[in-house]
Amino acid sequence: MRLAIENLDVSLSGRPVLHGVGLTLEPGEVVGLLGPNGAGKSTLMRALAGQIAASGTMRLGKDDLAALPPTVRARLLAYLPQSRIIGWRLTVGDLVGLGRLPWRGFGARLRPHDTEIVSRALELMDVAHLAHRPATELSGGEQARVLAARAVAQDTPVLIADEPASGLDPAHQITMMRALARLAGEDRAILVSLHDLTLAARWCDRVVMLKDGRLAAEGPPEAVMTAGNLASIYGVAAHITRDEGGLILAPTGLTEGGAP
Amino acid sequence: MKPLALNLALALLALALFLASLAVGPAELGLSESVRGLFAGGGEAASIIMREIRLPRALLGLGIGFTLGMAGAVLQGFLRNPLAEPGIIGVSAMAAFGAVAVFYSGLAGAALYALPAGALAGALAAVLILMALAARNGSTLTLILAGVALSSLAGALTALVLNLSPNPFASYEIIFWLLGSLKDRSIEHVWLALPLMAAGWLLIALSARAIDALSLGEEAAASLGIHLARTRFLIVAGVALGVGAATAVAGTIGFVGLVVPHLVRPLTTRMPSRLLLPAGLGGAALLLAADVAVRLVLPAGELNVGVLTALIGAPFFLWLVVRARREVF
Repeated sequence: MRLAIENLDVSLSGRPVLHGVGLTLEPGEVVGLLGPNGAGKSTLMRALAGQIAASGTMRLGKDDLAALPPTVRARLLAYLPQSRIIGWRLTVGDLVGLGRLPWRGFGARLRPHDTEIVSRALELMDVAHLAHRPATELSGGEQARVLAARAVAQDTPVLIADEPASGLDPAHQITMMRALARLAGEDRAILVSLHDLTLAARWCDRVVMLKDGRLAAEGPPEAVMTAGNLASIYGVAAHITRDEGGLILAPTGLTEGGAP
Repeated sequence: MKPLALNLALALLALALFLASLAVGPAELGLSESVRGLFAGGGEAASIIMREIRLPRALLGLGIGFTLGMAGAVLQGFLRNPLAEPGIIGVSAMAAFGAVAVFYSGLAGAALYALPAGALAGALAAVLILMALAARNGSTLTLILAGVALSSLAGALTALVLNLSPNPFASYEIIFWLLGSLKDRSIEHVWLALPLMAAGWLLIALSARAIDALSLGEEAAASLGIHLARTRFLIVAGVALGVGAATAVAGTIGFVGLVVPHLVRPLTTRMPSRLLLPAGLGGAALLLAADVAVRLVLPAGELNVGVLTALIGAPFFLWLVVRARREVF
């Protein structure tokens, strides 16, 4: 299902945060959302998830995203917020099972079909072995993967994940990105915000770079993750090399004048 | 523990305590005598005692305990805060103030319904104020802060009424009512409170999915298709109806709503919706037990049940705060 937004403006408490942002997300691709802190990445994701009011057009397939009833939207678009909240001492299995909420009847238990999707989500995020542990007693990185599994269990054509890889060890950062790539392989559209440039360059089919609430660059990583763009958008100088897996980007210092 | 087994066990416990509540009182009635009094017609003493004194008292204990336990469970789930209780949104304090205002105006003696009606008006005012505030700024934190402010205001107004009270006897009557009791309530009180409490249970039950989703925070819950404003309405209205009606007929009974969810939670999966029914049943059992206890401990003077629940509840609260530092919820 194609997600297309045009001319998106968002203001928070009267302060404009996004200015005329346009973006499309095709089924089967992982799109990385990049940009410095405060560029508007989370705001864009929250607007897409219907958490904050936005003006402009947002279409999901043929539907107006903003006009969809919340329960219908929840079956089409999953959103993984940046804040990682686990309220009660739920087991990992029960917590991930909450992802099936939009598909469940009132008060109904999980059907075998739901259980299957939940265990697949647990496998995908490499937390199946933790299924019976209380989620509150896991490490931060484990909790991040458990919460990501919750969003995956929603089994939606579109997944929007706000910094799912932050705080993960290198192996699990790769696990996370590989999981997103696999989901895209099932013809889902994935939008993921990232701070790790190499991770974005190697795992995203396309990257979108925001700066000061505006679209600054957009295209395949090889085309847009250039020294020039990194300097003008992030204000960093970077050492850029490549191997067979794609680009390797290491920020080495600030450019003249420091961070923008 | 399996949910069904837990609910069954708690229901049996509540039933046993309900029967115990029917069996205890200053009048010395044998078991067969009281059963006959309950079901046989006629105007014998046993029948009057059972039907007009003990049955309303036991029914109110059951209904009010259920309401307080369920209200505590839903608020803790909704606010994602283990220290939440029905009093936190200001409804019981406003209901108490409404009743006190009726006392002060002298209308209390005029009609049986005047006092409960005053309390319900107070609870309703609390809901309207909370809704107006929550509609302007949708966050859960606003609701808690508004509830705390409302409680303080209602407390201050109650103190003002006591201060201005024309004679010491009136103050004494008000204070005694505020302490909370199930004593000397009639079946009319039951008919007044029970439908409102049942409506409250229904509204709370409708929010079950939402409080599960809210374990993940408001953003994630909204992304799971939960309508947050509707949820807030269901819960505030449900708690206000139930607790307002409970306060209207029994005065303020504290700590049941706070304590019971914590007692029952470890026996559940900790999924907030799965706590609602056990907490209700546990609340009924606890209040009935406390109400039996006050009749046994001081048969002559009779302690107010609200005093006993506070006496048990406050130390428990303290223990909870100490334990909360080790994150056990």
